[in-house]
Amino acid sequence: MENINFVLPEIFISLSIMFLLIVGVFKKNSSSLIYSLSVITLIISLGLIINFPGKEEIYLFNDSYKIDELSILMKIITILSGIFVLVSSYNYTKLEKIFNIEYSILILCSILGMLVMISSYDLIVFYIGLELQSLSLYVLAAFNRNNIKSSEAGLKYFVLSALSSGLLLYGCSLIYGFSGSTNFSLIAENIFSSEYGNVFGLVFILAGLAFKISAVPFHMWAPDVYEGSPTSVTLFFAIVPKVAALTVFIRFLYVPFLSLIDQWQPIIIFLALASMIFGAVAAIGQKNLKRLIAYSSIGHMGYALAGLAVGTNSGIQNSIIYICIYLIMNLGIFCCLFMMKRNNKFYDNLDDLSGLSKNHPIISLSLLILLFSLAGIPPLAGFFAKFYIFISVIEQSMYFLAIVGLVSTVVSAFYYLRVIKIIYFDPPVEQYDQTKYLGLKISLALSTILMLLYFIYPSGLINLVSKINII
Amino acid sequence: MNFPILSSLILLPVVGAFFIFVTRSKDLSNLRSAKYVALFTSFANFIISLYLWYIFDPSISDFQFVENRTWLVGFITYKVGVDGISILFILLSTLITPLCIVSVNKTINTKLKEFLISILLMESLMIGVFCSLDLVIFYLFFEGGLIPMFLIIGIWGGTRRVYSAFKFFLFTLLGSVLMLVAIISIYWVNGTTDIVDLYNIGIDIKYQNLLWLAFFSSFAVKTPMWPVHTWLPDAHVEAPTAGSVLLAAILLKMAGYGFIRFSIGLFPNASEYFVPLIFALSLIAIIYTSFVALMQDDMKKLIAYSSVAHMGFVTLGIFTVTQQGLEGSIVQMISHGLVSAALFLCVGVVYDRMHSRLISTYGGLVSLMPKYAVLFMIFTLAAIGLPGTSGFVGEFLILIGAFKKSFLVATIASLGVILGAAYMLWLYKRVIFGKVINRDLLKMLDLNKTEIFILVSLAIPTLFFGFYPEPLLNTIDVSITNLIENYNYQISLNK
Repeated sequence: MENINFVLPEIFISLSIMFLLIVGVFKKNSSSLIYSLSVITLIISLGLIINFPGKEEIYLFNDSYKIDELSILMKIITILSGIFVLVSSYNYTKLEKIFNIEYSILILCSILGMLVMISSYDLIVFYIGLELQSLSLYVLAAFNRNNIKSSEAGLKYFVLSALSSGLLLYGCSLIYGFSGSTNFSLIAENIFSSEYGNVFGLVFILAGLAFKISAVPFHMWAPDVYEGSPTSVTLFFAIVPKVAALTVFIRFLYVPFLSLIDQWQPIIIFLALASMIFGAVAAIGQKNLKRLIAYSSIGHMGYALAGLAVGTNSGIQNSIIYICIYLIMNLGIFCCLFMMKRNNKFYDNLDDLSGLSKNHPIISLSLLILLFSLAGIPPLAGFFAKFYIFISVIEQSMYFLAIVGLVSTVVSAFYYLRVIKIIYFDPPVEQYDQTKYLGLKISLALSTILMLLYFIYPSGLINLVSKINII
Repeated sequence: MNFPILSSLILLPVVGAFFIFVTRSKDLSNLRSAKYVALFTSFANFIISLYLWYIFDPSISDFQFVENRTWLVGFITYKVGVDGISILFILLSTLITPLCIVSVNKTINTKLKEFLISILLMESLMIGVFCSLDLVIFYLFFEGGLIPMFLIIGIWGGTRRVYSAFKFFLFTLLGSVLMLVAIISIYWVNGTTDIVDLYNIGIDIKYQNLLWLAFFSSFAVKTPMWPVHTWLPDAHVEAPTAGSVLLAAILLKMAGYGFIRFSIGLFPNASEYFVPLIFALSLIAIIYTSFVALMQDDMKKLIAYSSVAHMGFVTLGIFTVTQQGLEGSIVQMISHGLVSAALFLCVGVVYDRMHSRLISTYGGLVSLMPKYAVLFMIFTLAAIGLPGTSGFVGEFLILIGAFKKSFLVATIASLGVILGAAYMLWLYKRVIFGKVINRDLLKMLDLNKTEIFILVSLAIPTLFFGFYPEPLLNTIDVSITNLIENYNYQISLNK
């Protein structure tokens, strides 16, 4: 029974989900209440995770669930970003008339799924978590059901994601068949590259995971889904599942498959290179800001994967730093999108940003900082994220990866500059409404200031991840 | 003596920028006070840097006023310090910035506040470049300058500003990312990015050539050297006057400084190996861009190409690695900083009145604007390198250094001096002398007090250092000697 203490956050969230569902059914017009309660649920579970009572590493339920520094940190990041998504998109969901009780409950469900994924140490537990979060995301993508694009996004995501889950499951079954266990450490003991089944299973699993973080060549869904989904859901898509998927990537690569490193290293390097190049080149022609962010996030995932590809602890740590900085930058960009509202209609085309600096100097300045940070220009945080990654990459003498990565940074700088050009150099369009909602303003200010002043104390984030030792 | 004078030099403009940022931009008196804030901070910075020069001890070859703070634990320390070479560039930056701010007038009619902030941030980043003693810190400052400069060209520039701003940004960024790879490699090979330590350890000869090339790719774009100089004329032509001044006077010097500090200092063997390459590129830059300058009909473009030619002299001088060559190129950089800034301001003066940069618009200005003609004359002659101006000292020393190394190279470079005289004098003749053909010119007024103030304060050091370069040479002498000794020692070690 004492095991229950260690999974208290997960249990608390599941109980709250049931409770909130009941409240939603029996109480009329309770969306606001449920919205606030969901945020409170997340905050409480955050507190529970931070106050984790245990020692360093704990295995639960026949070693199928692991709680360690990595999972605690990633859970904190997931829940924090979940809170910020909910807080910053409050106004948006209201105005877009998708402010139903299910909205926040679905987000809670998918966060629960992610927490399970992050801690999973067993193929079955992992798959349960993955499906829980995916199913919630399918519905969320199609949440604005009156909008045909949103329905399309939901369907597209469902079909492709189900396919990738299928591949993943097939890979899991192969691994189980050839190694004789579903437990990660048992797999690690019994896996040999001489058996082709293992390598096949590995490839299938990697393909499925690459789909979840939209790495090239499994990225096809991202632009359409990003564009079609309601912006608040896009924000959720862009940041939260990536954290969980990256954690699972780390777990898979460095626990059960560590002895197959010669097999998976070229795959990961290829994924990283392809994502970096494609993300940089394909974003150039985009006209919609959400699509542009989709392509840019493909590129950014490439950099995060490059950190995983090197096969060292510092590489893993730097990938985590990268993903943290990445999600703060994206949060800021989306806050700006939530502010581009005129007469209760939201705008998300690049042309709508034209001359924004004239009427909205503060939003423009934030966008300027965030975009330069995304482009990786010093001294903003985005530069450090890339810098750390390349430190790890060059430590292992992977110069090709480093140089291609940095050159694609230059290419991608072009489209970030293009957005800045539209904001600052082009003639202004009509003024947008002033934002009164405080939560949104705070989120934007927070993310911008963090990115701008990160260089003053860069050691903080490093200290945070330095405890993570996987290998 | 533990007052962090260098950090305060770097921080003061940022503080000023912050104050400007929080003032309301709506009403006019606030805008004027914003300008005074900018002026005050940059002028205070100038005074501080003069004081720095005063208390600086030129007889020590070590870095002085060193500050050392843990920044990234176990990896990078925030380390700044100056030696004889960098202190002059800091002085140049702090001198040019207030003049830039004074020169800001009604032509910057939109977003004055943002303009001042960009200039101040630019100043602090440039000072940072010249006094950082850690490769990563250097890179941060070096690259950070891209953002404000991109905005200065893009927001307040001319008609093709977007193209120019993008070209400037992407060219420089592409050059620099390779340097980043090199910096990280140095960290893994030598275990430190501290420049002083690296000077002492020396870098393994088998990596030197590749690392040198990576640094070279960045500095060559920034210098700019032929054939990657094409961004410079575009950027200069489209940037507002103050932007061109900053670009020509200080930004280009970052690369020359980088060559001295890193290419010569850290990779002596590779530098020795690549001397023919540098000489070839410098000579092409000197001769070819001089011819290109001859053919320009746009004044700013002409001066931009002349900058490329002058920087060709600088790189030539640096890679002779002789006392005269190096001292000459530093003097030449300082002199070019003053003179090209002044020339761009001179163009700005007539551009503000006529809104044209074409040479053919003008002619016969001597009768309309006599004061302007005199000052323009001084700077034209300084650009040519007439004895008695600082330009002469630089070019002369560089040529002496070059003659020591190779007679042929020096001879070809000397031809560049003649070409330089040709295009500058021809420009002067067409703009200032002749008959007034264009009727619109008749309503042009001579220089006002502000313009006279700016140009005179640039003319004074130009002439002073022309007649008496001792203060400059005295400051850099020991540092240069030390650099060359270290260079020769490293080379003899590996032979």
